[in-house]
Amino acid sequence: MSNPIQDKGNTGFWGSLKDSPSTDEFIKGLWRDNPVFVQVLGMCPTLAVSNTAINALAMGLATAFVLLMSNILVSSLRNFIPKQVRIASYILIIATFVTMTDYIIQAISIDLHKALGAFISLIVVNCLILSRAEAFASKNTIGKSVLDALGMGIGFTFALFCLGAVRELLGNGSLFGVPFFPDNFQEWIVMILPAGGFFTLAIWLIIFNATKAKKATT
Amino acid sequence: MLNRTLNISTSPHIVKGLGTDDIMQNVVWALLPVAIFAVYSFGISALMVLVATTAACVLTEHFLCRFSKKESTISDWSAAITGLLLGLTLPPNFPVWMAFVGGVIAIALGKFIFGGLGYNVFNPALVGRAVLQAAFPVAITTWYPAFLEGRFSAVSSSTFTVPFMEPTVDAITGATPLSAFKFDQVITPASDLALGLITGSTGETCALLILLGGIYLAARKMMNWRIPVAILATVYVLSGILHLIDTQAYPPPLFMLFSGGLMLGAVFMATDMVASPITPLGVVIYGFIIGLLVVVIRIWGGLPEGVMYAILLANAISPHIDNWIQPRVYGTSKTAKAS
Repeated sequence: MSNPIQDKGNTGFWGSLKDSPSTDEFIKGLWRDNPVFVQVLGMCPTLAVSNTAINALAMGLATAFVLLMSNILVSSLRNFIPKQVRIASYILIIATFVTMTDYIIQAISIDLHKALGAFISLIVVNCLILSRAEAFASKNTIGKSVLDALGMGIGFTFALFCLGAVRELLGNGSLFGVPFFPDNFQEWIVMILPAGGFFTLAIWLIIFNATKAKKATT
Repeated sequence: MLNRTLNISTSPHIVKGLGTDDIMQNVVWALLPVAIFAVYSFGISALMVLVATTAACVLTEHFLCRFSKKESTISDWSAAITGLLLGLTLPPNFPVWMAFVGGVIAIALGKFIFGGLGYNVFNPALVGRAVLQAAFPVAITTWYPAFLEGRFSAVSSSTFTVPFMEPTVDAITGATPLSAFKFDQVITPASDLALGLITGSTGETCALLILLGGIYLAARKMMNWRIPVAILATVYVLSGILHLIDTQAYPPPLFMLFSGGLMLGAVFMATDMVASPITPLGVVIYGFIIGLLVVVIRIWGGLPEGVMYAILLANAISPHIDNWIQPRVYGTSKTAKAS
């Protein structure tokens, strides 16, 4: 069974770079199939914890780590897991790594762990991870799955950072906690509220779609 | 009886119908007395707010049209009206840069994203105000007293705040009649409310001028008079009943009618032709919902004023209202769906 993602053809921004299919597996997650801006997957953490750049980056990296490990394991076990129980098995694998991530973040910074709250545990049900396991890792070799996970993970982190940076800059007047404006900066309270997450995501989607449409016409 | 079918007149026999720009221009004429009174009672600070929002809306509309390679639609006056309405709902001492941001958001987020004039789901001016209320809750509830001495020679200290900076706290602030009632249980006399001798948003203070503008538009058939009538009647009856139940806890109905942004909202914003229902029964239901929400938010809500949220919520369900009361297509059975 051929992989539908590979059949999309090599048009687009990175077209000239894509002489080998492996490069493409890595690069597609960054831009062409970006998990947030194109596939619009994993919206729950994207909107909920992107209120500061630090939170967004930590969440992105945690998700990328879980994605990488689960892709490796799912891919290596793909001929072993029976088809009937595959979803349950994937969830079990993902949950294992999420628990590990949870404890790792707790060990590194208790403040960060508090800021991310329940959303670390909720990586288990992040549809991005499950969709990569189901649509890619269970049908491809370990090498390709690693490249896919890295591309998607970095793409997800990048997208979350895009949101978090804008929201922290306007909502707090700082970036990574470092003040960016003079003391009497007026915070845009709406930007740290959930509504601000929707606004920022919408604006980024407009920018991405506009650039894509422009490229398609030229 | 003959005149009904045969109209004898001199040429020209073909009369130009009303275009969007004709209606919009007349709305501007109707709003002008309100805006002039706003500048008269609050001074040049209010003028600055009005100019900032109007300029922001017109410029945003122009640049977005250019950006999407469409013909610029600023000549139909609708962007100017959005800007003027937004300015009239803001406090007179509102920082100009925030007013400008509100204008940009009103057009970009409230109108252009949906496809421009005729496609907006919500009243664009209220979208701009709702975002401002969520982003700058302190600045938008800091009120400036009316008829200050020297209001024509100096602006309030917060008007020209450096962009992205916090406005300085005004030495003189006032309370609107609604916040005075909500937090201090003080009831302003209805005559002061009707004549605009009160503190409030730039354009909401003089209820009589707003009503005059509304009557002018209704007489020229450029506004659906059923909407404001339904809203005001609902608010009057509901608050009247509440006032009868407990005269101490609930304000008198005339106070409810003339205070806050109810008049401005009912006459100029709820009547947005695009965002309101189209059938006669539909607009009455729509007006009733707005009136009900206004009373509920004002009396039991946490905020002193709720006209903006009431209208936005009613805008959201107005397509559904049109769906519910869709007339039966002649010749079909009652159970068959029209679609």
